[in-house]
Amino acid sequence: MSDKQHSIIGAGVPRIDGPDKLAGRANYAADNLPADMAYGYGVFSTIAKGKVARIKVDEAKRMPGVIDIFHHGHFPSLYRTPSSFAQGNKVEETRLPFEDERVYYEGQFVALVVADSFENARAAARHVEVEYAAESAVANLAQGLDDNGTQAGSGNHSRGDAPGAFEDAAASIDVTYHTPVETHNPMEMHASVAYWDAQGNLTIYDASQGVVVERNALSKIFAIAPERITVHAPYIGSGFGSKLWTWPHAVATAAVAREVERPVQLVVPRQQMFTTTGHRPETRQRMRLATDANGRLVSLRHESINTTSFTDQYVETCGSVTKSLYSCPNLTVSHATTQVNRGTPTSMRAPGAAPGLFALESAIDEMALAAGVDPVQFRLDNYAERDESQDLDFSSNHIVEATKQAAERFGWHDRNPQIGSMREGREIVGYGMAACNWEALKRPCDARVSLRADGTAFASCATQDIGTGTYTIVAQAVSDVTGIPIDRITVKLGDSSYPDGPISGGSWATATTLPAIAGAARNALDEMKRYATGDNGVFAGASSDELDVVDGGLRNAGGKQVSFAEILDAARYGSADGEAHTEAADSQYSYRSFGAHFVEVRWDPGISHLRVSRVVSAIDVGRVINETTARNQVEGAVVMGIGMGLFEATEYDERNGRPVNNDYAEYVVPVHADQPEIDVILLDYPDLAFNEYGARGIGEIGITGLSAAIGNAVHHATGKRIRELPITLDKLMDDVPQAQSA
Amino acid sequence: MRHFDYARAESPQQAVAAHGSDRDAAFLAGGTTLLDLVKLDVMQPQKVVDINGVDLTTIERLDDGRLRIGAMVTNTALARDERVVEDYAVLSQALLAGASTQLRNKATTGGNIMQRVRCPYFRDGVSACNKREPGSGCAAIGGVNRTVHAVLGTSDACIATHPSDMCVAMAAIGATVEVQGPEGSREIDFGDFHLLPGDTPAREHALEPGELITHVVLEAPIHGSRSAYLKLRDRQSYQFALASSAVIVRMDGDIIREARVAMGGVGTKPWRAPEVEAALKDRTASEALFANAARLAFEKATAYSQNGYKIPLGQQAIVRNLSDLTAA
Ligand SMILES: Cc1cc2nc3c(=O)[nH]c(=O)nc-3n(C[C@H](O)[C@H](O)[C@H](O)COP(=O)(O)OP(=O)(O)OC[C@H]3O[C@@H](n4cnc5c(N)ncnc54)[C@H](O)[C@@H]3O)c2cc1C
Ligand code: SF4
Repeated sequence: MSDKQHSIIGAGVPRIDGPDKLAGRANYAADNLPADMAYGYGVFSTIAKGKVARIKVDEAKRMPGVIDIFHHGHFPSLYRTPSSFAQGNKVEETRLPFEDERVYYEGQFVALVVADSFENARAAARHVEVEYAAESAVANLAQGLDDNGTQAGSGNHSRGDAPGAFEDAAASIDVTYHTPVETHNPMEMHASVAYWDAQGNLTIYDASQGVVVERNALSKIFAIAPERITVHAPYIGSGFGSKLWTWPHAVATAAVAREVERPVQLVVPRQQMFTTTGHRPETRQRMRLATDANGRLVSLRHESINTTSFTDQYVETCGSVTKSLYSCPNLTVSHATTQVNRGTPTSMRAPGAAPGLFALESAIDEMALAAGVDPVQFRLDNYAERDESQDLDFSSNHIVEATKQAAERFGWHDRNPQIGSMREGREIVGYGMAACNWEALKRPCDARVSLRADGTAFASCATQDIGTGTYTIVAQAVSDVTGIPIDRITVKLGDSSYPDGPISGGSWATATTLPAIAGAARNALDEMKRYATGDNGVFAGASSDELDVVDGGLRNAGGKQVSFAEILDAARYGSADGEAHTEAADSQYSYRSFGAHFVEVRWDPGISHLRVSRVVSAIDVGRVINETTARNQVEGAVVMGIGMGLFEATEYDERNGRPVNNDYAEYVVPVHADQPEIDVILLDYPDLAFNEYGARGIGEIGITGLSAAIGNAVHHATGKRIRELPITLDKLMDDVPQAQSA
Repeated sequence: MRHFDYARAESPQQAVAAHGSDRDAAFLAGGTTLLDLVKLDVMQPQKVVDINGVDLTTIERLDDGRLRIGAMVTNTALARDERVVEDYAVLSQALLAGASTQLRNKATTGGNIMQRVRCPYFRDGVSACNKREPGSGCAAIGGVNRTVHAVLGTSDACIATHPSDMCVAMAAIGATVEVQGPEGSREIDFGDFHLLPGDTPAREHALEPGELITHVVLEAPIHGSRSAYLKLRDRQSYQFALASSAVIVRMDGDIIREARVAMGGVGTKPWRAPEVEAALKDRTASEALFANAARLAFEKATAYSQNGYKIPLGQQAIVRNLSDLTAA
């Protein structure tokens, strides 16, 4: 950061991309309509397991406008990507589309029609006749365990002797939690528009949270140099993780565009957003906790199993937070998977931590009750002071303050701990709370900044703004370093030809991108000073050290101030440019973000109505770069957490593995009327060990722990401990009649 | 694309003539059901007769006190009509509890009555579904059936609820459906309009092919009555009823002189509950009375694999609505 503390960092600067979005000038992937473009439409498997026995395309091929129909017997040969995170060419589903006749999940592409219009492509797709040899599908986690048991996962940890300490403890619990499949359902559907030029270079517009990784993966898949591929994703209608990695539809679109020698567009239908573009997997988590006579944790075991596909292993690291949130000498975290006939899961907002903290923070509540301690006090007594899993200090940890502040604001001291004791009219009020937590990550990053002769600045980086405000905070950083006002700064993101930037995930975009942007801006300033002090320079003969950066210009000790535009004009240069590369975070400290949620629920037993009526969240994410977008991230995550707690589940038919509630009407997420008063406290302690801005990232932490806080409040109101999400009203009703027959 | 003939009618006569008795033809009103299902390839009309130019958009009070509603009156217009708000609060509330503002602005009275089931196995175009593919079976029985499947009026052939809120209010109020068809005009009692699935779930209503709903005539309001609609669901808005109740009561002090009760979300058609009404008539209002009466509605209910909770929830919808309406 500049020596002078500019107030622009932390300010609630309105989104600089807002006007373009409002005016419809922001082009999303499917808004790109290159000349002569054809349309693709998929034929999707209607069985979850088996083989395509026969595929008849003759009739469909004769239909109006059809250009070609692709399937496993008619598709170009491609290569698999090694799918390495380290190499930056990861995909979640490594199997190539149309690789063979096998079907691993319902909704898998079995054919792809290309036609001259969307309507013609879709009509023909419905006339492709597919005969399947169906096999009995593994439809859910329980069936997976029966069918193929478990495969070892990653991210395990063990210290001390958890089983031994459990046996001798004063109080203990042994409980199992279950979370369902959740589907990201961003508003913008997955979409790709691809074309190849005469030289064999590929351009693809894709709804992507990672243009660089997509370019690299496609380079492996098509076996051409990465420089020959450009991936564009300037605007994304959100992703929540589903757009982090390239899915089969994008590969297929690029492949068929080369075959038909025209641009091809493919939009994934809403129904297939539930099948072939990832989801949060189903989990089963066994929690065994024990305390000594003083209510201190002495043993903690978190054993998680999640569903994965038959093509790839995806591990939902539910115990990632459990390793370090609480102090406990004897602790085991383990992850395993079981294969089911569903598409490959992927990261969904706060992967691992969201389902993991449902289990951990519900179990902590159960443990506190078993130990006879107030749940807030229990946490204050047991929070870890350092990261015991890595034997490292935290760079900055204010969870105690977050918990106390939120408790105070919420009015926790008014809570009567007796179950069902707090009533207002017909409603029983429940108070619950939970900690939230997320690892702070920072990846390598490149960036470029130009200070231009017209007095404007230009910054570019191949990261993305997925709707979170990255464009705006990049402009804030440039303004902070150069003093150029926001409205004279242009930011370009979402293009793989820009300097390599990170995927928009892991809440690391801010911590990763801003230091690189600031570095590039400073390098551009150095260049500017060289021009200013050079032969034709306005400060010719002066030394660069004598010049201060002030409001988009340079000033010498004598008070002479000249704008960048005048400096460049005098030196006859169009711009002063800088590039920078910044590295991933070091491992000197354990870098994490912390916080606490307090939730009030209201249960009206007369009509079995449950609602979340109030949320107070105190969040410690280091420095807040933009007050407005930061608050918006936490509020949005809280709302998503309410969905996770009360409504969301992709339901599969247990007889055949078919996802049943696959549209926006039946897959229930919160609507406006479900959103309570949300009070977000941002602690705003800069974590300068982490990066020069002291920011740790804020996109995901807000959803962690929220569903547990709801469950804990529901228990306080009703006495019922619902260990299986979502907490729907039928689970809270007494004496529910069961089906007589099947 | 899948081609169909398109005709735009200016009058009921034109509409009926253009449609003919063709089973593969469909009237297009607001399109919020029809276009949705056509895009899903579940409905495949060969001919679409657009009735948006037909002037069936008025609401008039008849001399006998009944209210005659044109089939093309939108759900929004009907909900906001002063006479409806005043005399049929239950109907206004039911409409406003349905769908979303945008949908209600398009949806029409005739289309709402004719809306199709929300059963996902019906909508997926693939699963066994006797309604879509007679004789193929019913995937919902033993499958995913927590939200939009019924416990009353079900059969081994089909268990889907009739999804409408508006119709539940109309069932309680009592109404006549006026239709015009190739064979002329006729009237159908609202209670006879929707059919139970029985062995023929593909037959959903009493219209003959080509018959157009022109009006719905509501019975005259019960003098001195109060009414309300209570809809219970997972989220607070934009979801079909898990259970709902439409209740009209006329009180004399704390004695219920007359009651009309209908239910949504629990039945395969808009479900009038005469046994509940009889149990309430001329009795002193009390929670115990309401609970006993509500229980009668579900004596013949069948719980399926995931929806047994609707049996108590449906009773709660009746009891709460009654206790709010009868409270002074
Ligand atoms: C996402 C979503 C949520 C919804 N939520 C709810 C809800 O909570 N509660 C609720 O009650 N409803 C709900 N609805 C359903 C909505 O109310 C109906 O789709 C709407 O009322 C249908 O009216 P329409 O005019 O659009 O009918 P259309 O789609 O035009 O027609 C529907 C059917 O009726 C036939 N038809 C139309 N008019 C006539 C006529 N005059 N005579 C004979 N046949 C006719 C058509 O041929 C077609 O078969 C929802 C719909 C959607 C899409
Ligand atoms: S409930 Fe009715 S609509 Fe649903 S699958 Fe069964 S027959 Fe079809």
